[in-house]
Amino acid sequence: MGILQVQNVNKSFGGLKALNNVNLDITEGTVHAIIGPNGAGKSTLLNCFVGRLRPDTGTVKFNGRSLLGLTPHEINQVGVARVFQTPEIFSDLTLLENVLIPALAVRDGAFRVNTWGRVDSQADVRDRAEALLADVGLADKRHTQSSSLSRGDKRRLELAMCLVQQPKLVLLDEPTAGMSRADTNNTIDLLARMSEQHGVTKIIIEHDMHVVFSLADRVTVFAQGHPIVEGTPDEIKGDPRVQEAYLGGAQV
Amino acid sequence: MTAIKRETARGDLVRFAAFTVVILTMPLWLVPFGAAYPDLMQKFAIYGLFAIGFNILFGLTGYLSFGHAAFLGVGSYTAVWSFKLLGMNPLPAIGLAILLAGAFAWVIGFVSLRRTGIYFSILTLAFAQMSYNLAYSVLTPITNGETGLRVLNSDPRVLDHMIGAGEVEGSLVATLFGVEMNGLPGFYFCAVWLLIGMFVSFKIFRSPFGLMLQAIKSNQNRLNYTGINTRPYALTAFVISGMYAGLAGALLCVTDPLAGAERMQWTASGEVVLMTILGGAGTLLGPMLGAGIIKYSENIFSAFNEQTLHQIFGVLPDGVEGAVVSVAGLFVGEGWHLTLGLLFMLIVIFLPGGLIEGGRRIAGALSRSRKGGGIDHAHPQAAE
Repeated sequence: MGILQVQNVNKSFGGLKALNNVNLDITEGTVHAIIGPNGAGKSTLLNCFVGRLRPDTGTVKFNGRSLLGLTPHEINQVGVARVFQTPEIFSDLTLLENVLIPALAVRDGAFRVNTWGRVDSQADVRDRAEALLADVGLADKRHTQSSSLSRGDKRRLELAMCLVQQPKLVLLDEPTAGMSRADTNNTIDLLARMSEQHGVTKIIIEHDMHVVFSLADRVTVFAQGHPIVEGTPDEIKGDPRVQEAYLGGAQV
Repeated sequence: MTAIKRETARGDLVRFAAFTVVILTMPLWLVPFGAAYPDLMQKFAIYGLFAIGFNILFGLTGYLSFGHAAFLGVGSYTAVWSFKLLGMNPLPAIGLAILLAGAFAWVIGFVSLRRTGIYFSILTLAFAQMSYNLAYSVLTPITNGETGLRVLNSDPRVLDHMIGAGEVEGSLVATLFGVEMNGLPGFYFCAVWLLIGMFVSFKIFRSPFGLMLQAIKSNQNRLNYTGINTRPYALTAFVISGMYAGLAGALLCVTDPLAGAERMQWTASGEVVLMTILGGAGTLLGPMLGAGIIKYSENIFSAFNEQTLHQIFGVLPDGVEGAVVSVAGLFVGEGWHLTLGLLFMLIVIFLPGGLIEGGRRIAGALSRSRKGGGIDHAHPQAAE
């Protein structure tokens, strides 16, 4: 039984069927890529996992527990973290503060009025936050304001914010979108290293096949809201249905 | 590279100590400014508290409330009722005012915080205007309508009678341990509350709770996906700032036991927004500075008249003097709001961070030029 089980999920926006009877089973500890042409329903599916959207029918279970009806912060608290397509950070705050916030969310829960201690005297969370900033190579910038970072660095920061929570499942929405080839390769290295060190299950939505084939253990191909093929990267490469979905004429 | 955000615990202690000294010595150093009279200094302390509390909501959490005068009014009415029923001791009045204003803020915040941005501001404004109209007309039995609520000799004042201080000749004033809370003792009483309020504000700013509030301001959506339930955080900030306003309202009545509905009007809500932005929203000391400047100009510029202007510009040749005085005359006396408006525009356009940011820029420029054009000093130091 997988860590995340998706069964018979449907979602329509007006007359448009964004997700059409989706079934997925994500195995714990793997990197699972979801690919497909624009408008195939990949991001809609991700939004159903994190509580932004609610599917019309079907179930989404994380470790046997249904995620439907939970709010985004509740889903995060059970161990599902998300990295956004455009980096979402606290740009008015320093890098260290950016990583301290998710660390505090794990330690103190969704709401706790803690006004007595100072932020910089919370040694336990601070050490972890600094260790993760060092991990992603941003330790020397930890007291700068995060709005001054480059896009690639913002992506690294967001990854640190995500991993400091030690989540069980990480959802990455196009982690290399809009990056140069060099930055993309850096991110691939970083993600691969994170997989080795932290052993977190990951779901990656990605257009860049180079990224997919470097990282993924399994790949699911979406077309018109429905998964059409699933297999290892090698199996996917040669599948004619994939070619068809990407190159038009998508009668599935 | 931007930003040097390193505030150590020791630095904060020094700043708070300096603030304490500055506040407590106000009767001395305000003399050359012509502002060292107790009534005005009481206003500095009281409106400083109001703005410090408002800043926790607006500066830190990023929610712009246009209805905070409602809590000021609730605090005032509560205090006067406490005087009427319990007695002229200011402590129960203040305690009750803080509690009631907090409860009132919880209700209004619970509804208003369902929206953000301009919709939140409009909701708070609507609530405050409703409160004002209720106080002005419908709730006359409680608020005494447009006449205002005052303490009468015939009021029960249970505690006063118990300790045998029930019969008072002349007007009734709040009294603590035999000291009447007007004049200089009144100022020092307010100053002590101001220092407590400032201390709490320091604590909140540097705490994990304060960090979450700043994160709400910066990116609330992200914070939700980070496992934080943002609504109770924002509501707590709202209630805390409402309690500050209630305290300020109570202190207004401690120094002068009279509460009127105009205290809740939208102009009063707008004034605290001006104070906060003028001094620097989101800074610790800015709101106090803004409150001081606005209350000072209100009292000093509004007292200027043609005569004073002629004295000031007396050195100029006659024709020129007449012209200058007639132009300058527009900006003083009744027209002091014009001065305030101009100052406010200049600040918002050129110094969006308020006067505190202006001070920082000047300090930065000075230390740069002293180091011989060094660019490097703004870089953060890694070591603690």
